[in-house]
Amino acid sequence: MNISLKSALFATALALASPALAAGTAPNGMPLADDQTFTYRVLDEHSSVDPQIVEDVSGSEIVRDLFEGLFNQDRKGNLVPGVATSYDVSDDKTVYTFHLRDNAKWSDGTPVTAGDFVYAWQRLADPETASPYQWFIEIMGVKNGSAVMAGDMPPSELGVKAIDDHTLEVTLEAPRPYFPLTTTHASTFPSPKWVIDKWGADWTKPEHIVSNGAYVLTEHVPQERSVRERNPMYWDNEHTIIDKVTALVINDENVAFTRFKAGELDRTEIPTGQYPVLKKEMPEATVVFPRLCTYYYTINVSDSAPEFLKDKRVRQALSYAIDRDIIVNNVTQGGQIPAYTFTPAATANFEVPTVDYATWTQQERNTKAMELMAEAGYGKDHPLDLTLIYNTSEGHKKIAIAISQMWKQTLGVNVTLENQEWKTFLQTRGNKDYEVARAGWCGDYNEASTFLDLVDTDSGYNDAGYSNPEVDRLLAEAKTMDNPQPNYTKVEQIIADDMPIIPIYHYTGNYLMNPQLVPSWPVENVEQNWYSKDLYKVAK
Amino acid sequence: MLSFILRRLAVAIPTLLVLVVASFYLMQFAPGGPFTSERPLPPQVLANIEAKYGLNEPTWKQLVNYVGGILTEFDFGPSYKYKDRTVNDIIAQGFPVTLKYGSISFVVAILVGGILGIAAAVRQNSWLDYFAVGLTIGAQVLPNFVMAPILILIFTLWLGWLPGGGWNGGQWQYLVMPVIALSTSYMASIARLTRSSMLEVLRSNFIRTARAKGLPNHVIIWRHALKPTLLPVVSYLGPAFVGMVTGSFIIDSIFSTGGIGYFYVNAAFNRDYAVMMGLTILLGSMTILFNMLVDILYAWIDPKIRL
Repeated sequence: MNISLKSALFATALALASPALAAGTAPNGMPLADDQTFTYRVLDEHSSVDPQIVEDVSGSEIVRDLFEGLFNQDRKGNLVPGVATSYDVSDDKTVYTFHLRDNAKWSDGTPVTAGDFVYAWQRLADPETASPYQWFIEIMGVKNGSAVMAGDMPPSELGVKAIDDHTLEVTLEAPRPYFPLTTTHASTFPSPKWVIDKWGADWTKPEHIVSNGAYVLTEHVPQERSVRERNPMYWDNEHTIIDKVTALVINDENVAFTRFKAGELDRTEIPTGQYPVLKKEMPEATVVFPRLCTYYYTINVSDSAPEFLKDKRVRQALSYAIDRDIIVNNVTQGGQIPAYTFTPAATANFEVPTVDYATWTQQERNTKAMELMAEAGYGKDHPLDLTLIYNTSEGHKKIAIAISQMWKQTLGVNVTLENQEWKTFLQTRGNKDYEVARAGWCGDYNEASTFLDLVDTDSGYNDAGYSNPEVDRLLAEAKTMDNPQPNYTKVEQIIADDMPIIPIYHYTGNYLMNPQLVPSWPVENVEQNWYSKDLYKVAK
Repeated sequence: MLSFILRRLAVAIPTLLVLVVASFYLMQFAPGGPFTSERPLPPQVLANIEAKYGLNEPTWKQLVNYVGGILTEFDFGPSYKYKDRTVNDIIAQGFPVTLKYGSISFVVAILVGGILGIAAAVRQNSWLDYFAVGLTIGAQVLPNFVMAPILILIFTLWLGWLPGGGWNGGQWQYLVMPVIALSTSYMASIARLTRSSMLEVLRSNFIRTARAKGLPNHVIIWRHALKPTLLPVVSYLGPAFVGMVTGSFIIDSIFSTGGIGYFYVNAAFNRDYAVMMGLTILLGSMTILFNMLVDILYAWIDPKIRL
């Protein structure tokens, strides 16, 4: 028997959305503005708008408007129906059956079918596509994903098939409790085989592209702008309010700020260091929200590391001696949250575990740090010399200077600061050719494993070179647990003690935003997966 | 004259070849690669991507394939960063943009700079001269990455006359600020070159003779002094023209004009090999071509050089 998850949640979501809104009224009951266009700044040109090729955030934002996957996210990040209306899962939790709506259409009028998803997922896994997100098929745990990726099996062997036009069946290697969440990721969106076959790599050009989302790409001037407009074929077009969305490429944040003030933009980032001032001057236009990202320093504990870094006491002392409150209040000044553990509190179904040093005062941490350092044989008369690397950026530099001062004052550590150009930095850090390095991590999906997997021995992102069999075991076990929180708690506690990484703060996102747009912005969606179809501008 | 041109060509082609080979190898020396990222790709995925782009071949073979692609199909390769586009696409879209604002800037710089320089030299030590010298020094010391945001502040935010950036097919409103920001320092150099060259010419013997003959001043300036004055200016104009029409990183990134100038710096940061190479070849061959044109122009203005 299948457990039907045609849940009350989905039903409610549909019911809420169904009654057509009175003309000129926003979903929140306020009157709508006449102008329903949304123009925002992006830092750089997007990499692609091909769902299986796109790899950057700004590209994915466009892809989420142009295409629609099985599920979407609501304002809070919960799953809501997209092309799929519901799914069933087998008793052993390895077979998912998705029921697709029958009124979904591509922008050329062709119905969206289960076959379009099968094609897209096979395309994602196919080595010939050479997708940078090919590995996502492994994260999802789709059966035979790894073998197809490696070229050992043809893409047709992938565990996904169309039972009929409106039923999609996915078979997993093993239970993955978070699997449904992955269906909101751009790389899982359907793609139109007939268009790709006809135009090849040129299919994403505005004159050729066919998409199934709420918008269609109407203009793309690389390095300048891309424009998407309402898709009349979209099944829920009548509830779409924003008519036209324009992404302007503006590299310089201060120029973007000026253009925002001149009324050319509805949204831009707050320039570095300006948040405290702007919050006072334009409170109605500053939007701040937590993000699924952690800023941290990684310590080389691999075989290539110097001996003193292999001493746990040194690592703990370095962490304790950092006054995180000073960093967030006086250096970054953007409402960041001090971090003592790795996974942000904003992560879904995750409770931040208690670790001892988080509960101490900074005075207590400093005292403990000095004791530990003395035990390890270092002190002001026998100082430790350390090199800290970071990628060239004003922000990272300020933080590095502040932290090196704290280490110097509290522990007498002599820190050499070294900045490196981005790709050089990544190579140095990846090769574990460093002592302490700056790092940042944003979750790929809203679940704690996207963070904690970094300390797994085999993780490709484990730049610390940390290896603890107990941690590996807890993480592997967590993959199939219905409630993995106890394991996550243990892992956080172990790494807070071993300290291969020093958490510093959890990021916050911030925007300067047209106050008319603010009420519809999904600030509570920590992944910031926003959909233009859910946005609107209220009247002034 | 023909043999002079042929001799110059014979040097130009090997120069370009050396440029291609040297940049190709230098580029590979830089740490990291196009697919190095904060999230390192799993080895299998990286291998698949490298195989697709032929990056798994030895460097010399990649170079041969690359040059082969250019010679046989005029294909400058794909962009590894902007995966929807090829290098040909990027240049076809961005070069007309920089060509347009660059050529206009070039004309503005010559006209304003030249007239300012001549006027200053003819009226040496007058208020006009001091004004011109002051203006050009000011223009030269104000870098365009400072001037560009100031222009936006004034014309977009305060006055509200011009859009703060974009291209929109190159309408005049979108051209004004990029042209001012790009032409100013070139204008200043041209003015100063013209002034000092003109001053030198005006003190030479043949001008004294012309004055002694009783020729009117404007005839002396325009008919006798102008041509020799232009010699040093012309040698500057070749590289200046190339520099302007191939765009500027500052202009493209501050005004979002969408030109190729942005890629000079960015392609290097992204290790977008083919884009870097394509632009290097474009810039290199234009520099060689225009230096050659200047040499020919020079030979035409001054017959002594042809010898």
